Amino acid sequence: MPTTAPTALALADVTASDSTLRRFLHGLPGVDAVGLEARAASLGTRSIKTTAKAYAIDLAISMVDLTTLEGADTPGKVRALGAKAVHPDPTDRTTPTTAAVCVYPDMVAAAKEAVAGSGVKVASVATAFPAGRAALDVKLADVRDAVAAGADEIDMVIDRGAFLAGKYLKVYDEITAVKEACGDSARLKVIFETGELSTYDNIRRASWLGMLAGADFIKTSTGKVAVNATPANTLLMLEAVRDFRAQTGVQVGVKPAGGIRTSKDAIKFLVLVNETAGEDWLDNHWFRFGASSLLNDLLMQRQKLATGRYSGPDYVTVD
Amino acid sequence: MASAFEYAPAPESRSVVDIAPSYGLFIDGEFTDAADGKVFKTISPSTEEVLSEVAQAGAEDVDRAVKAARKAFEKWSALPGSERAKYLFRIARIIQERSRELAVLETLDNGKPIKETRDADLPLVAAHFFYYAGWADKLDHAGFGADPRPLGVAGQVIPWNFPLLMLAWKIAPALATGNTVVLKPAETTPLSALFFADICRQAGLPRGVVNILPGYGDTGASLVAHPDVDKVAFTGSTAVGKEIARTVAGTRKKLTLELGGKGANIVFDDAPIDQAVEGIVTGIFFNQGQVCCAGSRLLVQESIQDELLDSLKRRLSTLRLGDPLDKNTDIGAINSAEQLARITALTEQGEAEGAERWSPACELPSSGYWFAPTLFTNVTQAHTIARDEIFGPVLSVLTFRTPDEAVAKANNTQYGLSAGIWTEKGSRILAVANKLRAGVVWSNTFNKFDPTSPFGGYKESGFGREGGRHGLEAYLDV
Repeated sequence: MPTTAPTALALADVTASDSTLRRFLHGLPGVDAVGLEARAASLGTRSIKTTAKAYAIDLAISMVDLTTLEGADTPGKVRALGAKAVHPDPTDRTTPTTAAVCVYPDMVAAAKEAVAGSGVKVASVATAFPAGRAALDVKLADVRDAVAAGADEIDMVIDRGAFLAGKYLKVYDEITAVKEACGDSARLKVIFETGELSTYDNIRRASWLGMLAGADFIKTSTGKVAVNATPANTLLMLEAVRDFRAQTGVQVGVKPAGGIRTSKDAIKFLVLVNETAGEDWLDNHWFRFGASSLLNDLLMQRQKLATGRYSGPDYVTVD
Repeated sequence: MASAFEYAPAPESRSVVDIAPSYGLFIDGEFTDAADGKVFKTISPSTEEVLSEVAQAGAEDVDRAVKAARKAFEKWSALPGSERAKYLFRIARIIQERSRELAVLETLDNGKPIKETRDADLPLVAAHFFYYAGWADKLDHAGFGADPRPLGVAGQVIPWNFPLLMLAWKIAPALATGNTVVLKPAETTPLSALFFADICRQAGLPRGVVNILPGYGDTGASLVAHPDVDKVAFTGSTAVGKEIARTVAGTRKKLTLELGGKGANIVFDDAPIDQAVEGIVTGIFFNQGQVCCAGSRLLVQESIQDELLDSLKRRLSTLRLGDPLDKNTDIGAINSAEQLARITALTEQGEAEGAERWSPACELPSSGYWFAPTLFTNVTQAHTIARDEIFGPVLSVLTFRTPDEAVAKANNTQYGLSAGIWTEKGSRILAVANKLRAGVVWSNTFNKFDPTSPFGGYKESGFGREGGRHGLEAYLDV
């Protein structure tokens, strides 16, 4: 944490220029990679059984951003996904709904229709997802499109090239512009693509940069690269939101995305949330899983807890 | 859904370990009663339940065991190193195979969490046997001259904080170098050593090479004083270490001592704060702080004191204290009523001398020996809790302003076993580490152990090194 007192963190000063912003971000405490990974691994050995497991599975289901991000997406496919988000397990109506469905901007309208009245949100990946390599005008148009079609949440990717080149102010300005385009109706999730940022120090700096620029959520990755969400990078981002709230009073959500496929993995992430940021983050307003295949494993585990028997992949829907 | 993520109990099964109602001494490959028939009870510190009754070795038994070891020494030391290695490798593999059983046993007898016995103690125990098995046929190349010779019979006395690990630290290098062993485990934790005796039989180790004599201090004293013991190795308190040094003085016996400590954990203002907090927790709350190399003095740079303490207190609030067999338990029971009384007395003295005490809200079980994780701030070098080894989950926080002051304060102790440095600056790690008078200096980590790395102390923390190539020297005539 920077040593500024909470009330004295004058954002205007920090973001006055590239150099003040750099000085601030590079003044954040370093991250010891070995220690961070050891801590994430040790929290991964928590043994979550019986009632705690049932609670965790339902919580995890309610935190899923059920996602389809394929070039081949059609309105029909999105409708099926929406139906599944509303009733994840048609055989058991006590199953909670997922948090959101996450689609490309041109599918937002279809998704809205599919989840209408259910409380399930529609999230959309805008800003030239997943590469982010487009002019700001194009990115903003992308965002406005999605918002106009009714998106409740925008998942934006940052310009990793600018970040790695040290042009922090450019990244900051882009995020603030996108935040403005989101208006009051959509929450903004900022995706760092942590696998491309390469160092933990960079991930911490990106987290703070995103939060300073007004992110409602910080998100690990697009799911489209080799290294996506890991327990270590999520732990690091949880530390960042915890410290940011302690300093500014503003709470920011966290969303690990990509590569979380099993209930066991998801529960490990919930333990990280519980023991790092704390229980204030343990609901789907503040924590999400960006995942598509995770939900079915959660449903199978849920059925196992309810019936005492494993069913199988044909007892959950394939949408 | 409930309102909070409460972890349901996840206890490890006790049924994997079969504890007999009574155990004998292990002499010359056989379990036998004590000559005078004395026995004592060993209890589980977390419940005060009696686990078993154990024979208590007297002077006559010590003599029998040393004679058996002497006799076995002739054949054992004459074996080629590669043959001795086979036995050690076999022991290491059996330990791995039986590690779950041994982990549960150790947790029951010692009170430490299963998480530690399972993930730290047992893997290290096996690793030590594997490591020294590798040395057994390479002693000529260890840097102690051609054909270094074993010393003879090693009398070894070990403490209760890491019962099986300390046994491994003592027995593995002794056997690898061709010595035979008479070992006395601590009176509160004799069971894993007796299970180890069984493992020696399972491995087909020749009779008399390893002898185990449970007992109290007087058993240890007779062992140390026995005229036919060639080498004494002791890990334990500084007071007992001094007594042993006096007994051994003037004899031909070789001696190594691993004694108390009051390790300084130095956190500079550019440290990776979150990992430093983890390191502080590992440093002092690992094994309830009952670790001779614990980082029991936190030296924090004044400029980040408030921030670091806030983080540390928040972190301590997440520690889970309770049933050591629960896989989610971070803090287990204190090993004995006696030790609990000592910790209690020292912390009361800390308060009386003006230090500020803090513990997280934490419910202690109604039976067994428990002590909540405790933090003392406003501590100075003049306070007893900054000088005396507490050997419990109690951290004293001191501050410094410059690196020189940090080094001066860290070295201002009668001990010198361990220290830690937390900084992102590599040059500072090297500069400070060179000035610290401590046997182990960890940088950006704490309480990391490995069989390849030597361990031992300066000043009243003892002399001699265990582990690594250096650890061979204590068991060789060089």
